[in-house]
Amino acid sequence: MPGPMITITVYDDDAQLLHGLRRHEPDACTCMVKRFAPLVYARALRLVGDADEAEGVLQTTFIKVCNAINTFDGASSLSTWIYRIATNEGLMLLRSRRQSLALDDVAETLQPDDMPDSRVAWPEDPLRASLDSELRAQIDAAISNLPESLRLVVTLRDIEGLSTEETADQLGLSQGAVKVRLHRARMRLREALASYIAHPEEVDHDEAAR
Amino acid sequence: MTKPHAELPPCHDLALQLSAYLDGDLPADLCRDLEVHMGDCPDCRVVLDTLGRTVQIVRSLSDTPIFLPADVEARLLARLTEIARKAQQL
Repeated sequence: MPGPMITITVYDDDAQLLHGLRRHEPDACTCMVKRFAPLVYARALRLVGDADEAEGVLQTTFIKVCNAINTFDGASSLSTWIYRIATNEGLMLLRSRRQSLALDDVAETLQPDDMPDSRVAWPEDPLRASLDSELRAQIDAAISNLPESLRLVVTLRDIEGLSTEETADQLGLSQGAVKVRLHRARMRLREALASYIAHPEEVDHDEAAR
Repeated sequence: MTKPHAELPPCHDLALQLSAYLDGDLPADLCRDLEVHMGDCPDCRVVLDTLGRTVQIVRSLSDTPIFLPADVEARLLARLTEIARKAQQL
């Protein structure tokens, strides 16, 4: 026998969803979680690098979003606002873990080992460059394998889209240090992708998906 | 230990600027030097191209969700429901 009919309100756009959240409509919260939680979790995981801690950031982010929903002024999109809260929560957790995020022993000038090893051209296939999900999984795995000092800089600059100045402020680094670390991180990710593109069959898929 | 300059690849100084070049952060004179150099250096052209494509893929992660485990989502919804319920009781 079929169970009771459950109607879930589907909000067509963020404006309707926001309206529903402000009126405390029961489905609005579920809808918001379905729409934004996967990307919030992705951001949290890339920043803090630990599944349990990322779940903590996910929960705190949405609790703050619900508490502050009436103060959201619409100056940015709802998603941008939520992702910014998630980034701040992730950074706060990292700061509480360590006195300073800038303490790593990272040389602040570029070194000979920041030079490229691989100088082999990649095949020309524009789809592979941005849409191949396996390639994205590879680069996500490579980012998670970076030391924290490099992972944070490349995550904030290239994924979160912060400026050099904003990244420097968030991490307590000079802008020069951000640029050096960004170059080093990108070169390491390039080498990781180069090995994958040259020998995709040798990559451990479980490792890449993690 | 840092190698003496003579042992480094000839495009060493310029290759270190590729990341800043991609971001448009390089001063105009260095930009010009790099572009002149790349005209004669296939290695640097390959590195620039592959570095640029790497950055493009990294940037594409901004809208690529990681699979959200069902139990993580369930715990999040349960916590939010609990908080909403308590708020209504006040």
